[in-house]
Amino acid sequence: MIKVVNLHKKFGNLHVLKGINLKLKKSEVLVIIGPSGSGKSTFLRCLNLLEETTSGEIFIEGIEITKPGVNINKIRQKVGIVFQSFNLFPHLTALGNVSLAPKKVLKMSKKNATDLGKKMLGKVGLSDKIDSFPAQLSGGQKQRVAIARALAMNPDIMLFDEVTSALDPELIKGVLDIMKSLALGGMTMIVVTHEMGFAREAGDRMIFMDDGIIMEENTLEEMFKNPQNPRTKEFLEAIL
Amino acid sequence: MENLQKLIRYYFNYSVMKDALPFLLKGAVLTIKFSVIAEFFGVIFGLILAIMKISKIKVFKYPSIAYIEFFRGTPLLMQIMFAYYALPYIGINLSGFFAGLLALSLNSAAYIAEIFRAGIESIERGQIEASRSLGMNFFKTMRYIVLPQAFRRVTPPLTNDFIILLKDSSLLSVIAVVELLRAAKEIATWKVNPSTYTAAAFIYLLITLPLSQLVHYLERRYKIVD
Repeated sequence: MIKVVNLHKKFGNLHVLKGINLKLKKSEVLVIIGPSGSGKSTFLRCLNLLEETTSGEIFIEGIEITKPGVNINKIRQKVGIVFQSFNLFPHLTALGNVSLAPKKVLKMSKKNATDLGKKMLGKVGLSDKIDSFPAQLSGGQKQRVAIARALAMNPDIMLFDEVTSALDPELIKGVLDIMKSLALGGMTMIVVTHEMGFAREAGDRMIFMDDGIIMEENTLEEMFKNPQNPRTKEFLEAIL
Repeated sequence: MENLQKLIRYYFNYSVMKDALPFLLKGAVLTIKFSVIAEFFGVIFGLILAIMKISKIKVFKYPSIAYIEFFRGTPLLMQIMFAYYALPYIGINLSGFFAGLLALSLNSAAYIAEIFRAGIESIERGQIEASRSLGMNFFKTMRYIVLPQAFRRVTPPLTNDFIILLKDSSLLSVIAVVELLRAAKEIATWKVNPSTYTAAAFIYLLITLPLSQLVHYLERRYKIVD
């Protein structure tokens, strides 16, 4: 489903990703952990070309998305992303946020897009908030709208970039529950998170990134039980 | 005491002001007409210039920068006179009305372009990323995400710009357009009494006061929504 070959990313002189190799099967849930500055977010953003890659290849469903001249907008429709900072559109209601892209990109009729938007907001438990503006929602509700917005494009893969880091503790569970049910429903997911409870329950595989490379890769169980790399061990001890 | 009486006679002469009022109001209507039309074209042209300036494509970016710098960096009075007195030599004969309108519109476009550019650039990067990651291309992102938010933010500075434009339109008096200031001047000369200038100043104030109240109102309202 996803194949990443020797991916490099430089910001000027700063070498952020130093050769990432990765394969991901359909319906797999990959959890990425690592200290800040390790390149996790950059890697995620490369996968839907929010960051231009410096070298290396990324294949999604057999299509090389890093090839010059590829239709970026087509690819992005298939790769949903949810950000730490929500990035909801403040001038649109929850429903407006969710139904805009289906209308304007997928060319759905207004009625179909509205129905889809309501369905997606229902899925994240916000049926009663469809007419609320982002400013009227809590952080957890905003993030659920953001998930619904990404899901409305019917993506093949969902990327989650520390989506609970900006939330108050009591609001995190609602968001994680939705992500869990997505994982159980067979969505292919890459999740950057430090929520180890969630990782254990929903993750299939885990990678530990440090300094722009994948230090260690394993099943969740193995990773927690006996991490091979001393850096992994250190990091896990610090966050568990 | 004597001086005060003179001041009142020459600058606050009620009967002169009253007699001049119908003529001044005619001038005021023309002033408003000029300002609204120039603002209208200024907004359209200014928006185009702003998008050209933020674009990475050089053939759009640099002409826009040159245009803005030229019209901001030279006096409006000279631009008005050029449009009226110099353009005829290259076969463009414009009446005072159209020459004035042309200069005013082109000039305000430069200022409005900068207001729009600042408004567009004030939209957080995350908004654009969220939009692009949904598969919306550059133009859809502009149309549905960036511009609607930018328009809101620029309404107060745009209104402010309109107030300045309205007062600057008094410069058209030099090319025989009988707008408000010119109307005041003509009667002042005829009556040998400059009280009409005072009356004109009050009329400017009456037009601009509600506008500046509008700016305050909009600023307060958007603070609540944001």
